[in-house]
Amino acid sequence: MHHLIILPILLPLLSGLLMLVRRDSIVLPRRAIALISTAALLIVSAMLVVQSDSDGITYYALGDWQPPFGIILVLDRLSALMVCLTSFLALGAVTYACAGDDRKGSNFHGLFQLQLMGINGAFLTGDIFNLFVFFEVLLIASYSLLMHGGGKDRTQAGFHYVALNLAGSAMFLIALGVLYGTTGTLNMADMSQKVAALDPDRLGLVKAGAFLLLVVFGLKAAILPLYFWLPRAYSSAPAPVAALFAIMTKVGIYAILRIYTLIFGNGAGELANFVQPWLWWFALATLALGGLGVLSARDLRNQVAYLILISVGTLLVGVSMNREAPIAALLYYMIHTTLVSGGLFLLADAIGEQRGKAGARIVPGRGVTQPALLGLFYFVGAVTVIGLPPLSGAIGKALLLDSARPDEQPWLWSLLLLSSFAGLIAMARSGSTVFWKAGRGDSDGPRLKPAMLAGLILLIGASPVLSILAGPITRFTDASATQLLDQSAYVEAILSRNVAGGDS
Amino acid sequence: MEALFATVTGFLAASGLYLALRGRTFPVVVGLTLLSYAVNLFLFSTGGLTTNGAAVMQDGVTHYADPLPQALVLTAIVIGFAMTAFSVILAMRVRGDQGSDQVNDQRAEESKEEKS
Repeated sequence: MHHLIILPILLPLLSGLLMLVRRDSIVLPRRAIALISTAALLIVSAMLVVQSDSDGITYYALGDWQPPFGIILVLDRLSALMVCLTSFLALGAVTYACAGDDRKGSNFHGLFQLQLMGINGAFLTGDIFNLFVFFEVLLIASYSLLMHGGGKDRTQAGFHYVALNLAGSAMFLIALGVLYGTTGTLNMADMSQKVAALDPDRLGLVKAGAFLLLVVFGLKAAILPLYFWLPRAYSSAPAPVAALFAIMTKVGIYAILRIYTLIFGNGAGELANFVQPWLWWFALATLALGGLGVLSARDLRNQVAYLILISVGTLLVGVSMNREAPIAALLYYMIHTTLVSGGLFLLADAIGEQRGKAGARIVPGRGVTQPALLGLFYFVGAVTVIGLPPLSGAIGKALLLDSARPDEQPWLWSLLLLSSFAGLIAMARSGSTVFWKAGRGDSDGPRLKPAMLAGLILLIGASPVLSILAGPITRFTDASATQLLDQSAYVEAILSRNVAGGDS
Repeated sequence: MEALFATVTGFLAASGLYLALRGRTFPVVVGLTLLSYAVNLFLFSTGGLTTNGAAVMQDGVTHYADPLPQALVLTAIVIGFAMTAFSVILAMRVRGDQGSDQVNDQRAEESKEEKS
């Protein structure tokens, strides 16, 4: 099954292209293709997880150009986990979209598949310029998806998002140019070796390039000074798109985790782990600000966007601690937060639809048509996203709190617990406003369609499943963290076969 | 040649940045385009500046130019073109939807405040 690695990129590409064949308004075949392709993607990625767990680090050389010269796709535990997470989230989002959101504009499903291709590619690639290309693929698809359905709010939020990301891409290219100019390679494994044996004259240049890259990834991940685009873009995007965007910040976090443990990690000589101390303070500030933002939100979707910001802060704190235990904890937390915040975006949309004019704004208004069902989803979602036991949020946060060293504890514990507390107050307040202070619902009002219900169950229902399966998942994330921090094994897996002249 | 190249690239980038920070959509789009030109020039120079160098291996040739930055620039140019086209259309759409070409439309903000 050597070619399995490239399937998460090929499958969405082909199904995305297939949907361009006929540009009419008949939506049924497109829905079928989208659902089948996303489900197949989930199966493939589950197989990849199994393969990465048994085979260690494997790579796929495109066109059989061996590293360090050709572009390679690398499968290790972390990338398999991320691809699997993406396809699960996508399945929930695309199912929800089939309830009618996909009809609001043209070619929703095609763009959705192409975005999946970009995200999967970014997780799998082992070449830093290829990472840029996949970033562009996912961004271009996301620009159009963000404006799916049109409307004033969306075009303006969209223009900000596009302009910021264009500037970000320019910075990405400058950073890549600097790194290529100093190390002479674009393959990540090779670059990590070149950085370790660097001429001292060039240290400053490489450092500048690495910091520029941090700015770019920080923009994608929405760290504190670079997050301003996020709440507006996410809350104005259509619900299934916003749900898929829940993985977009994680692409940035994945890139930070990969680049700064592999290229500038323990083995990088003078430049070893120089970014992490900076990241620590920025991540804590993001955490604090997310807590404030969640309290100030006046719209459910905005509130979920700030909850994403809290999760970004939490994840980056884990990255900056740069040890096995925190990284394993953050990987578990990442699975949880991606699925649940995606589910909450869908839920906010469903609530908004049933409340008519009041929409998703947090004001007393008409009640929802199905208070018991939506209330149950809201309760489960709120409990898990804040991190109350027994659901998965509590496990992730407890693992992270537990992994902090005594000198890190005062900062991490106080800020993480305070921001969770802010989330608790905000979710409790908006829940009681939306469900309890509401008037009677319109019994003939819109109800949840089966597809919407299925999407909600998939994403919010994932949380109890995650806490039941916490044992096997934490075993896998522990192994991923160990593998991630062992750069020499990664480099050896990529480059040794080439020296030996073996075939792939 | 290096000094001239660096000056030109830096000047382009500075002009692009200045324009990208303006308040109307058209200068922003032009600014981002200039910025991408500067980036393309910069990428060209990352392999070192050579003239009359061969990019493909040949017998009896010792003076080579690095072929990789050229491939990278090509990719960057293609992506840059697509993005410029997209942002121009988007800027026109913003103009049509908002009735003004301000990047931060004050009127839209105010009407939103009143609604909520």
